[in-house]
Amino acid sequence: MPEALPVHPYLPNSVPEIRAAMLREIGVEDVEELYADIPPELRLGRPLDLPAPFASETALRRHVEGLLARNTSTQEALSFLGFGCYQHQVPAVCDEINGRSEFLTAYAGEPYEDHGRFQALFEYASMMGELVGMDVVSVPTYDGAQATGTALRMAGRLTGRREALVPRTMHPDRLRIVRNYVEPAIELVPVGFDRSTGLLDLADLRAKVSDRTAAVLVENPTSLGSIEAQAPEIAALAHASGALAAVYADPSSLGVLEAPANYGADLVCGDIQPLGIHMNFGGGHGGFIASRDEERIVREYPSRLFGLTTTAVEGERGFGDVAFERTSFHEREHAKEFVGTAAGLWGITAGVYLALMGPQGMRDLGQACLQRSRYLARRLSTIPGVRAPAFESVAFKEFVVDFNETGRSVAEVNAALLERGIFGGVDLSGYFPEIGQAALYAATEVHTKDDLDRLVSAVAEIVA
Amino acid sequence: MGTIAATKTRRFHNARWDEPVIFELSTPGSRGVLVPTTEPALAAEAGDGLSAPPESVRRRTPPALPELSQAQVLRHYLRLSQENLGADLNADIGQGTCTMKYNPKINDQLARSPKLAELHPLQDPSTVQGILEVMHRLDLALREISGLYRFTLQPASGSQALFGMQSIIRAVQKARGEWPRRNELIVTIFSHPSGAATAAVAGFKVITLHPGPDGYPTADALRAAISDRTAGLVITNPEDTGIFNPQIAEFTRIVHEAGGICGYDQANANGILGITRAREAGFDLCFFNLHKTFSTPHGSGGPACGALGATAELERFLPVPVVDFDGTRYRLEYDRPDSIGKLRAWYGVPGVHLRAYAWIMSLGAEGLRRVAEDAVIANNYVLSKVRRIHGITIPWPDKRRLEQVRYSWQRLADEAGVTSEDVGRRMADFGLHYWTSHHPWLIPEPFTLEPTEAYAKVELDEYVTAMERVAGEAYADPDFVRGAPYASAVHKNDPSPLDDPARWAITWRAYLRKHGRRSAP
Repeated sequence: MPEALPVHPYLPNSVPEIRAAMLREIGVEDVEELYADIPPELRLGRPLDLPAPFASETALRRHVEGLLARNTSTQEALSFLGFGCYQHQVPAVCDEINGRSEFLTAYAGEPYEDHGRFQALFEYASMMGELVGMDVVSVPTYDGAQATGTALRMAGRLTGRREALVPRTMHPDRLRIVRNYVEPAIELVPVGFDRSTGLLDLADLRAKVSDRTAAVLVENPTSLGSIEAQAPEIAALAHASGALAAVYADPSSLGVLEAPANYGADLVCGDIQPLGIHMNFGGGHGGFIASRDEERIVREYPSRLFGLTTTAVEGERGFGDVAFERTSFHEREHAKEFVGTAAGLWGITAGVYLALMGPQGMRDLGQACLQRSRYLARRLSTIPGVRAPAFESVAFKEFVVDFNETGRSVAEVNAALLERGIFGGVDLSGYFPEIGQAALYAATEVHTKDDLDRLVSAVAEIVA
Repeated sequence: MGTIAATKTRRFHNARWDEPVIFELSTPGSRGVLVPTTEPALAAEAGDGLSAPPESVRRRTPPALPELSQAQVLRHYLRLSQENLGADLNADIGQGTCTMKYNPKINDQLARSPKLAELHPLQDPSTVQGILEVMHRLDLALREISGLYRFTLQPASGSQALFGMQSIIRAVQKARGEWPRRNELIVTIFSHPSGAATAAVAGFKVITLHPGPDGYPTADALRAAISDRTAGLVITNPEDTGIFNPQIAEFTRIVHEAGGICGYDQANANGILGITRAREAGFDLCFFNLHKTFSTPHGSGGPACGALGATAELERFLPVPVVDFDGTRYRLEYDRPDSIGKLRAWYGVPGVHLRAYAWIMSLGAEGLRRVAEDAVIANNYVLSKVRRIHGITIPWPDKRRLEQVRYSWQRLADEAGVTSEDVGRRMADFGLHYWTSHHPWLIPEPFTLEPTEAYAKVELDEYVTAMERVAGEAYADPDFVRGAPYASAVHKNDPSPLDDPARWAITWRAYLRKHGRRSAP
């Protein structure tokens, strides 16, 4: 019997006397009596075959840290990876707040014992609303891809149409997620890109937008880093066909780029990972969806929406769920899509980040990204055979570098960079074969001039 | 002093900071954090940056974010945190179905290592062998715990795992040439609402089974729902009632014979670890919520993981990439033509995977079985006490329960006019979390207690005592309970503005527009 085993610190009632007292209260001799409903043929009938456990925190730490020691982080190497997941400054206060037991270990409490969570997420939504220029922002969903899928489904329900136009340059993984998510409600139709600018091909858009189009998705910046200068025109083309304009925006750009609501967006979606959240090997994502405050739009959100209200005490503010009956918590299969656990902690964190940054911080951030990406592209383009940026458009924080003329593959360049302690840009040759040997390089505020120069020297050496 | 559990309730009062909305704390010009500066030589070559964006999309007006100094931001959010009750601060047994157990601090510390936090998902595989090994080892453990063939850790929640399950069932029926003819998905009413909702999102017609005389659906009810349009069954066992369906193998056999796929929502696995598995019950797919059964923190609602497993026959449909191990190196495999594609960005939430792995490795096989046993003992202990509280009834009172029980306050509502929601607000006054239950309230005025293995007997007693006290108050002075809470961060909400489009305010800017600064909704 387990009573013979040591008492485990995670199992307070494994103290033999306590266990015995609880069984007495229940009125059974042995725990087995409580399992009597599970038929013998369904019983495992043997111990699980698992590795022996570690008997102390010290031993556990040694094991896990030993495994993690085999990783090389972006703190140890110089990284230019981006493509939807970014290395930005993470203010210490962000980690301080999201490490608090009160937020970290809370879940789905009521507006009373979890008042702080409701207010923090209301504030998160409010600050995001300022960035995108919208009065409604959802509690975070899983990631930007999920936000995109939901935005397109919302557009389908709002317009009664079943087709969405999406850029060919859209991140292929995001496209895969969205495609699986919107089936069978929405068919995705890719719109080509201009090979010289990397921006949406407006002729192709005009040919494809129609009275079947529920939404035109504008990525700004595009997944390949270019600022979509034509965004207002694209939104107007969508509207002219009775479609909605859905803008996928990088929130880290919105201190210097226009609020999407101001150039015609009906729905704005995106990912909050750049806002004070570590990359976490891809675990730091959260999605946002935003819109105008129109009842018919609000009623199409699947997500929880937190709103302000009054309480029984004069002058006191409370928070609660707005229009809760939309949700699957209330309506099961008759709800708007579904809702559940997603990325609450990252929403709180992004709120802390925006409160720390303020308008000036977001402007400085945008400026730093614009300057560094421009500097890096100019320097790289001095290397014979390297073309950067590959597109004649303005990059925000990442841009395509064309290696075709160097005679080297991106894989070769990156392998050589890795030997020098540098993580080169994302190899695009598998994702977008039509642009050949090209890589996406991200430069953000964390990079110094020395970092950028070090990369440029290394690339020059490698392709020489 | 409680008469049933013989312990006292706590003289609790929550922190009440009357904390303004952060916009109200703004002082123009204040800075909370500085952005790294740009060296002059860099700027000389790159220009000022600000004039670079095309005018068509260049920002004209700065975003109206609040402006605060750093410590003001810190204090604001610390105050909000004090107005929030995490599982670390209470015997969080009131959120039944969600398995609010202890989240070991050592695992949080390990997950915060820069060796994980500062990894980019597209680094060369040679630089992420450690975390890939953790993910692979966790996969191996989950295979053994479930008996299934392979797991993906990509779904970032139980609901996303359910959606993944529905996507796979759809893909299997497509591969068999049976879609869209087979478009009916069977679920049960005492399972998470997302089971039904995700099925509808995936394009299924949802058929919901209701309980028979023993608290779970009868095999005859299942047979009646089956037809040549059946795509699959997604079921929980034990369901949210805490009652184990002993006919589950018969259920999966019926569905298989009819050409359907069987998915097991293991949200309620905490009482059966090492006891019974998905494989022996005949399931093709299953998932575990790592943030429930496997102890990772719930994070105010994520990020999380619904680890989704499949049989050898169905593993080819799992989302890409999967982690492969050739005996020497770990790699991310994308070349899987039958895959449903992707569910979440990259590989899910590795910080959650690492914590769950560490938890398993601090318990081992015997420890996991003791988790299950202790969770079942704790639940039955609480059941034995709660049974004696006047006003509470127990549906199917003679049926055994495993790790949780869905109870009813209908009698209290009938006799005193106090509802389950009222009780919940009053429970907050004792520093305890309480939740009603998912809709629809087939069991009227419900609440669900899931004590887990993680709380000491004396803490369980405290919860029962508080509940007994609230029931007593409800009979003596129902208005008092209906007016609760009194000791929380805030008092009882007026719910009406939240459902009124003219008054609801989902952001501060909407609030100002509709109500003007500082006025009441």
